[in-house]
Amino acid sequence: MLRFIVFAPLLTALLILFGSPARWTALIGSGLTALATLVAFFRYDAGAGGFQFVRSWTISESWRLHFLLGADGLTLVMLILAALVLLCAVWFTPPIEKSERLFYACLLLLASGAIGAFASLDLFFFYAFHELALIPTFLLIGIWGTGNRYAAAWKVTIYLALGSFVLLLGLLLLYRSVPVASRSFDLRVLQSLGHAGAIAPAAQNTIFLLLLIGFGVLVSLFPFHSWAPEAYASAPAPAAMLHAGVLKKFGLYGLLRIAMPLLPEGARHWSWLLLVLLSGNIIYVGLVTIAQKRLDWMLGYSSVMHMGYIFLGIASANLIGMNGAAVLMFAHGISIALLFALAGEIRRRTGTLVFSDLGGLAKIMPFAGFAFGVATFAAIGLPGFANFAAEVMVFFGAFRVGADLQGLHFFQVTTVLALWGVVISAVYMLRAYRMIFMGAPNEKWNILPDLAQTLRLPVILLIAATLTIGCFPNTALRVLRPTFAPSVAQSTR
Amino acid sequence: MTSSLPWIALLLPLASAIVILTITRPLRSVSALVSVAAVVGSFLCAVVIFYRETSAAASFSWIDLGPFFQVPLALTLDPLSRSMLFMVTGIGMLIHLYSLGYMRDDEGKSRYFAGLSLFMFAMLGIVLANNFVMMFIFWELVGVSSYLLIGHWFERPAAADAAKKAFITNRIGDFGFMLGILMVWVATGSLGFVGIAAKMGSLTNHPGYLTAAALLVFCGAVGKSAQFPLHVWLPDAMEGPTPVSALIHAATMVAAGVYMLVRTGFLIDASPDALHVIAWIGTITALLAALMATQQDDIKRVLAYSTLSQLGYMVMAVGLASGEAAMFHLFTHAAFKALLFLGSGSIIYMLHHEQNIWRMGQLWKRLPLTCLTFLIGTLALIGFPGSSGFFSKDAILALAYEKNHTIFALGAFTALLTAFYMTRLVVVVFFGNKPRTQIAARSGESPAIMVVPLLVLSIPAAFGGFGFFARRFLTLPNESHPGAIVPLIALAALVIGVGSAALIYRNRESEPIHLALFRERFYLDEFYSFLIAATQGLLASCSAFIDRWILDGAIVRGLSGGTWSAGFVLRLLQVGNLQAYGFLFGLGVIGLIYFAIFH
Repeated sequence: MLRFIVFAPLLTALLILFGSPARWTALIGSGLTALATLVAFFRYDAGAGGFQFVRSWTISESWRLHFLLGADGLTLVMLILAALVLLCAVWFTPPIEKSERLFYACLLLLASGAIGAFASLDLFFFYAFHELALIPTFLLIGIWGTGNRYAAAWKVTIYLALGSFVLLLGLLLLYRSVPVASRSFDLRVLQSLGHAGAIAPAAQNTIFLLLLIGFGVLVSLFPFHSWAPEAYASAPAPAAMLHAGVLKKFGLYGLLRIAMPLLPEGARHWSWLLLVLLSGNIIYVGLVTIAQKRLDWMLGYSSVMHMGYIFLGIASANLIGMNGAAVLMFAHGISIALLFALAGEIRRRTGTLVFSDLGGLAKIMPFAGFAFGVATFAAIGLPGFANFAAEVMVFFGAFRVGADLQGLHFFQVTTVLALWGVVISAVYMLRAYRMIFMGAPNEKWNILPDLAQTLRLPVILLIAATLTIGCFPNTALRVLRPTFAPSVAQSTR
Repeated sequence: MTSSLPWIALLLPLASAIVILTITRPLRSVSALVSVAAVVGSFLCAVVIFYRETSAAASFSWIDLGPFFQVPLALTLDPLSRSMLFMVTGIGMLIHLYSLGYMRDDEGKSRYFAGLSLFMFAMLGIVLANNFVMMFIFWELVGVSSYLLIGHWFERPAAADAAKKAFITNRIGDFGFMLGILMVWVATGSLGFVGIAAKMGSLTNHPGYLTAAALLVFCGAVGKSAQFPLHVWLPDAMEGPTPVSALIHAATMVAAGVYMLVRTGFLIDASPDALHVIAWIGTITALLAALMATQQDDIKRVLAYSTLSQLGYMVMAVGLASGEAAMFHLFTHAAFKALLFLGSGSIIYMLHHEQNIWRMGQLWKRLPLTCLTFLIGTLALIGFPGSSGFFSKDAILALAYEKNHTIFALGAFTALLTAFYMTRLVVVVFFGNKPRTQIAARSGESPAIMVVPLLVLSIPAAFGGFGFFARRFLTLPNESHPGAIVPLIALAALVIGVGSAALIYRNRESEPIHLALFRERFYLDEFYSFLIAATQGLLASCSAFIDRWILDGAIVRGLSGGTWSAGFVLRLLQVGNLQAYGFLFGLGVIGLIYFAIFH
């Protein structure tokens, strides 16, 4: 099952490079992948918990390298997200003029990198799959981007490569932090060592800091975020969908999967730093988002801002917050993908995303107006959408850490700031909607065609996904609960 | 007895919204009928629930995280929610019917009725919620439907701006509301109203914490019920279609804040300090809004400010620790204010969307039934003896007289102002020597589908205050009446207000009094714009500057080795160099790993 999910996009990419019709092959390949993730999701035995569908191949005994796949609830949620966004990104790909095959192959490779990283239980492949995804990112922005695309492509690549280098250092130190005899790249082994307290607290502090910075750069943790808005503004819409929606979640996934459960002491030691930085994401970047004058930059910054909430859920280190963070990763991936997709469609028609040039589009493109409105409501966390359910869990999880009735402490203050962020995101999202879709229609745009009929299906798919989780969060929590329950110490639940 | 009727009442409007959105959107009249059918269904359920005292079956687990965090969706059915259910569906039904006429030729009729259905769903959710998170869910949904309906005519910049303003102002209130919920939850470990009430002991031991939590919960009501200082969105919300103003921005949604305060009375009443603040916020709102209302020229804006003012009375009653008095006024106000708004809608509809009262005049000859019902509504609003508003306002004033004389004096003065501005409105709109414009002169009476709801609403507006009638629905406040002094003062205020306005405005062609401070709403909107520009705007620009020129410009580019000239980048982009770069990077990684494993 997992083998299929991991290799289907890779094989599809190869088929396309070898001459299979690009668009149809990509659609079928990603559609099958998405179906397979759903099947795996429903076949996962939540009662038993743990990693299931485990498959292992030995690559090199002396290097202790094993290609090891497995999935628990967190993996499955991320896999569904990745496959669904991949399918929609492929669907939303407009006709490509230069090297269409390479474009589709790059999209599929980008997604395979993310999928492979999520499904790997071996640290080496976990890392390597993510590195694999950086190359298509670079090509997608550098070749098919808009604006100052070369600079943007280089900036994002160098920035992410530096981040992954710090991450690699952290992972290697983690590997070496346990006695020689029990060293392993196998996450399951590391987890049991971590629970047994085999990693010394001092070492935990150093490693956690490296992992936090390394993963943090990949997730655009403040102040390492400035690659993101520029890259997303320059990237073609399908690439922005996949990167902001899926690949960026790799860093958060790493924190939830590796840093938090293996290094609880380190996490406690550095929680103040994480809280300060994530407040920067929410308040500082939120304010920067308000000041944006173009939709693509605004969406880029808003996706940086929303990472703050996921970090907050992770920082709380309790069941409520971590489950909230996991659901929010899914929710944010869906809503930002939909927003980038629609922004791409608008740019294709008008050639501009500057707010003051647009206006009244809901009259001219009613379906696009409807879809963008729904995505806006999802992004600002209104009930019914997964974002709301997740944010509620994050707020409740974070607010209760160290709470007493004497006053506000660090976690409570940060939660208050995060709650204010909810006001900030309403300000910029509704302003964008007001300036693009409401008001009197601009004469120039009187004849824009609405979203093509065939593009309405992926829009509905994305909306349906977020509504399902938003109205029935227990569908996701069923598999997520057993993932986090063992790793959270009894006392901090 | 338990039954699924409450769930049906709640979910019918949701089903209607979904059906309209997915199926009947192109068929505008069918959409309207679907929505009306749903609300009629909900009303019938509400009637059965009201008379048979059913309680809700089954609850549904929304979030289940084991013993640590459970959010069920379950319904509360007590006398309070049963009567509220009855009132909301009843008035909602009349306004749906009225909308059939008012929105008959609107292009976005399907969207409009879907919005109304969504609103009914959300409002019933607030009424029936049995825990804080569930209430917050529907609280936000009500905000969404209000946004959609205020912005119904979204091509009009004023409507689009008003919708945004309403939503964001409410979000500010909700910021406090959510924080209050979190504080209560941390202290009691419970989200359900019953559960919290049982564990109030853990809060009352910490009066400071309790006051903070109660006031934060109150913040939600300040936003939703448009209390000072978050009242600025409600007058602008009048940009929406008039039936929406009647249903959402007068009778039901804005009253949800008061309902929530009564529902969580166990929390609010436990903190005397919080009660004190709440009473004063209500008093200030009542007074300021009444002052503003005296100088407005738009018929809907006069009514909007009067709504603010009356909500102020209700909040005042909550602050004086009498939820009963607040609910009593909420009910009578719902009837007479819906009546007044629908009456104004009838005029606006027949005058082709003219809203300036100085362009009307002598309309009693043209719209006699509208005039008659509007007069009934006005008498109730100004508290004419025997009308519904007389009893409910008197209950609040008597309460204030008992507990706080300053608040009583301000409340009585507000009553005088109410009589003044409503008389001004009626005199200018319906009487005078002649119609002031051609359009007013040629107008006729509205169609039956719009007049019938007016007639039906007149009945509770006129008689709803009598104890034998009101007691069927509500627990009335205790009759510890401090003698005849309160009604006498109220009557004096009424006579002075009506008399002076009648003298000043009789047969006037234009406004004789000019008080810029009231007309310009104490310049609060301007002050807020300035405040937003000076804080959020300035901070945002500064942050954006820092991000672009310092964090990104200097640090990142400086670290990444200075300038990348375009030619150099282009050369590297050639596939050969990319491979070289990837190869080197891969080599580095493998080297590191080798070192880590074998050394």
